[in-house]
Amino acid sequence: MTARPAGKDKPSLPPPMPLAMALVGQRVQFVGVSHGGVGLSHRLAEMGITPGEEIKIINRGPGPFIVEVRGTRFFLGRGMVHRILVRPL
Amino acid sequence: MEEKKLVVALAGNPNSGKTTIFNAITGARQHVGNYPGVTVEKKEGYTTYKGVRIEVVDLPGTYSLTAYSIEEVIARNFIIDNSPDVVVDIIDASNLERNLYLATQIIELGVPLVLAFNMSDLAKSRGFKIDTEKLSGLLGVPIVETVGHKGEGIDKLLDTIIAVGQEASTSVVARQHRPNYGSEIEPHIRELTEQIERLCTKDRARWFAIKLLENDNETIKRLGKPDGGCPEHLQEILAHANRIREHIEGITGDAAEIVFAERRYGFISGACTEAVTRTAESRHEMSDRIDKVLTNRYLGLPIFAILMYLMFQMTFTLGSPLVDQLDTLKDILAGAISDLWPAHMQESTLKSLVIDGIIEGVGTVLSFVPLIMLLFLAIAFLEDSGYMARAAFVIDRLMHKIGLHGKSFIPMLIGFGCTVPAVMATRTIESRRDRLTTILVLPLMSCSARVPIYTLIIGAFFPTHQGFWFFLMYLIGILIAIIFAKVFRVSLFKGESAPFVMELPPYRLPTARGLLIHMWERTWMFIKKAGTIIFMIVIILWALATWPKLPARQKGIFEQQRSQVRADKRITPKQINERLAEIAAKEHEAELEYSAIGRIGKFIAPVFKPCGFDWKISTAIIPSFAAKEVFVGQMGIIYSVGEEASEESEPLREKLQKNYSPLVGFSIMLFLLVSLPCVATFAVTAREAGLCWAIFQVTYLTILAWILTTIVYQVGSRLI
Repeated sequence: MTARPAGKDKPSLPPPMPLAMALVGQRVQFVGVSHGGVGLSHRLAEMGITPGEEIKIINRGPGPFIVEVRGTRFFLGRGMVHRILVRPL
Repeated sequence: MEEKKLVVALAGNPNSGKTTIFNAITGARQHVGNYPGVTVEKKEGYTTYKGVRIEVVDLPGTYSLTAYSIEEVIARNFIIDNSPDVVVDIIDASNLERNLYLATQIIELGVPLVLAFNMSDLAKSRGFKIDTEKLSGLLGVPIVETVGHKGEGIDKLLDTIIAVGQEASTSVVARQHRPNYGSEIEPHIRELTEQIERLCTKDRARWFAIKLLENDNETIKRLGKPDGGCPEHLQEILAHANRIREHIEGITGDAAEIVFAERRYGFISGACTEAVTRTAESRHEMSDRIDKVLTNRYLGLPIFAILMYLMFQMTFTLGSPLVDQLDTLKDILAGAISDLWPAHMQESTLKSLVIDGIIEGVGTVLSFVPLIMLLFLAIAFLEDSGYMARAAFVIDRLMHKIGLHGKSFIPMLIGFGCTVPAVMATRTIESRRDRLTTILVLPLMSCSARVPIYTLIIGAFFPTHQGFWFFLMYLIGILIAIIFAKVFRVSLFKGESAPFVMELPPYRLPTARGLLIHMWERTWMFIKKAGTIIFMIVIILWALATWPKLPARQKGIFEQQRSQVRADKRITPKQINERLAEIAAKEHEAELEYSAIGRIGKFIAPVFKPCGFDWKISTAIIPSFAAKEVFVGQMGIIYSVGEEASEESEPLREKLQKNYSPLVGFSIMLFLLVSLPCVATFAVTAREAGLCWAIFQVTYLTILAWILTTIVYQVGSRLI
């Protein structure tokens, strides 16, 4: 149910990257946020963007992204896509 | 037993169709007020069903009950403090997991809960098959399927509310299944719960425990209060909670509040996996196809611009003839009253007050209602269809360039309706820097009060291509806003803009009823304003324009001139009438100059001279600080006091055309677009951002307006 990001103990997994580097249609897994603090992570978690959850990239503009998590569409601003860390599935 | 009564609170995510359910239950028996101390709207209504009076309170739409926003705090405190008999959570059945998150939090609060699965028809068409009976069993909560806008399932919902409400709440709550946080965390929750029960309160102790573990500030505050809380033991309990938090972080590697959110979603996922089957992955198919075009990186912006242009063009083309008709109606009314007035009291002051003050002043403002209705209808359509959120995505690129992001765009759009709710809407912007920047430029979004001004001036001076000029005024406002947002971002509020995330609802066809309700709510605000504040100001302005009266000696001069003309045998009757009209106009002008408003106008006129404004315009600009529409009303008064009201009296538009050049007209629009936000805006800015910022806003905008208008007028008058 709660797939933990297992990066720390399984070095074989690819390292996390900012969501900004992901491509449309790519399937990635949410790992966490960089320098955002607990407040930001908590807000994302309440929206269902929790560690281990899959993020589908639906569309990307020149900055912001439209993604799908747990069947809900979200619009992530430019600053956000640079802070969200993901790992390709 | 007397009449049975139940208090029901409606909770639910924004976009879940909460309003339609509320309307379907209560019909027209509604009352709109504010929650005490805050400006969040509180809607209440009631209905009587099968002999039970059901009072419904519409809680603000929220995604959760964490204390992140004022809406969440209100919804949560209402449930805790007022203990409604039943809470109904409206769930968008086509977006189940996200909507059930709020439901799990309400369950944790331990109140009788009924879930209304709204838009269940939409969920089916999107390929969801929900076994509500099974899901109801898994959550331990009754579920009723509804289709709000068709009124389906409302009776069933009311039956369920009554059944649940009349049972003892403890037995209802006992049947509910709360999320289980797993064997590592549950024992700690229990420990903390027991401690709270022992030292503090027996009421909702488990909920308090979980909230403390989530480091929830509101809860800490609540437990710190002597009534209901336990200030003397708070430190002890907090220390215990913090130890558990550290422990949870140690074993999971995440902050405790994230673990809790994650487990709640886990609980929901588990239930949904069992009770929901997807026949096809089609939920977003249609939306995706539309989005491919509307949010396309090349097409998105042009489409947005075209939609905005069409919106204004439509508003103007359809609205202007209606405004003209209302204007004529107003003149007919004035003429009729004048005719009916007792003959021996033709010169009475009361008649002047009714005709020149109230009908001319308030009537002129009210005649713009059709335009405003159409504009709000168009905005409601864009909002209800789901396009607004996409517009924020499309415009984000531009907003980013000025150091803001798409989220600031939504208050700005609301600002086209009215700046006051727009300033309040900035609460969703978390970063104070972003928020202040947005608030400071919000008055530059042309609000509905500017519509009458633009309509009057454009109709008088730019009768061809009205839609274009309208669009241009909006565009100028937006451009100045962009420039100043950038200026503030690099000077006063340096730093990166905060990251943001926003939910995108799927596109849906708005219902006629929903559109009409949205349109009417906002239009009614405009009408109410005309009937109260503007009504009062107009009476004051009328009085200032009427007294002091011209001394008898001067009046005599005009009388003398009149009798001279009448006695003149050399000129034709037609010429006599023309001469008489000329004299009347001169007399009117002299009266106005002699009146209080005339003196004030003359006194401040030098300030506005470089902008191209004469003293008459100046007298209308000052009171427009109270409400912008007053400008139009005041121009109406100025050009009608002392004049014989009749059906043939020429429209204000033509009087302006005769007296001023198009350049002055444009200068008026520009000045009123930029200058002095209205009193209501000032007040709300002072409350939301602080008095200093409100004063700063008024000052910078007014100085800016003066400089811009002066440049435009001075350069323009040399070129033309």
